[in-house]
Amino acid sequence: MDYVVFGIAAVACLVGALGVILASNPVHSALSLVGTLFGIAILFVEEGAHFLAAVQVVVYAGAIVVLFLFVIMLLGVDKAEALEAEPLGGQRPAAAVVAAGSLVLVILLGIRAAEVSNGAKAVGGALNGPGANVAKLGRALFTDYVFAFEITSVLLVIAVVGAVVLARRPDRDEIEITETEAAE
Amino acid sequence: MDVGASWYLVLAAMIFAIGALGLMVRRNPLVMFMCIELMLNAVNLTFVTFSRELNDIGGQVIVFFVLVVAAAEVTVGLGIIVAILRRRPGITADDVSALKG
Repeated sequence: MDYVVFGIAAVACLVGALGVILASNPVHSALSLVGTLFGIAILFVEEGAHFLAAVQVVVYAGAIVVLFLFVIMLLGVDKAEALEAEPLGGQRPAAAVVAAGSLVLVILLGIRAAEVSNGAKAVGGALNGPGANVAKLGRALFTDYVFAFEITSVLLVIAVVGAVVLARRPDRDEIEITETEAAE
Repeated sequence: MDVGASWYLVLAAMIFAIGALGLMVRRNPLVMFMCIELMLNAVNLTFVTFSRELNDIGGQVIVFFVLVVAAAEVTVGLGIIVAILRRRPGITADDVSALKG
C-alpha cells in the first residue's frame, strides 16, 4: 500500500517537474508546479511529517504559486515562448550533461550519506516516540532553534519591505530626471 | 511496509536534476524561478527523508526554515522581475545580462 502511494506521488512529482520545464506557456508551468508540490506534500505525509505537509500545501500551493500566477497575469507575459529557438549554440546539450552529472553526484552523495550517518543521532530531539509530530516540531522550534526562528521573522520583514520598495511605481519626478539624464 | 529511504533520495535527486536542467535551459525569468522552487523542494524531500532515517526532528525544523526563506526569496525575486518587466515587457534573462539601467 505504501508503495502504491509512493508511486502515485512520485509520478505526480516527476510529471509536474517535467511539465514546468517543458511547457512553453508560463501559466502551464505554474500549474505543473502545483502537481509537484502536492506530490511532495503526499510524500511528507508518507514520511510522518504531517505539519510540513500542511505547510507545504498552504505556503507553496496556496501562496507562492498564486503569487507566480498573479505576476504572470499582472505583466501579461502569458504568451507562449518559442522553445525551439536556441540563442546560445550548444547550450542545451551542455545543460543536459551538467544536469545528468548532478543527478549522478546527488545519488552518490545520498548513498554515501546513508553509509556514514550511522553514528551520533538525535541531537535535536527524537522524531519517533509518543506525541504528535506538530508538538515535537514546535518544541524543537521554540527551544533549540528559537534564535533562528526569531531571525526568520526579521528576514520576512526585510523581504516585505524590499518587495514594496521594488514594486513601487517610481515617482514622476524621478522618471523625468532619468529621462533628462538620458537625453544629455 | 515502509518505502525505503533510497527511493525517496533517488526521487529527490531526479527532481533536483530536472530543476537544474530547467534553470539552465529556460530563458523566461518566471519559469527559471519555478525551477529554483523545484530544486528547493527536492532538497526538502531529502531533509525529511534523513530526518526519518536518523530519528531526528532537526531535519524537519530545517525544512521549516527553508520554506520561510523560499517565501522571502520569491517575494523579493518577483518584485525585481515586476520592476524589470514593467520597464521592458517581454524580456528574457539574456536581455538583462548587463548590469546597467
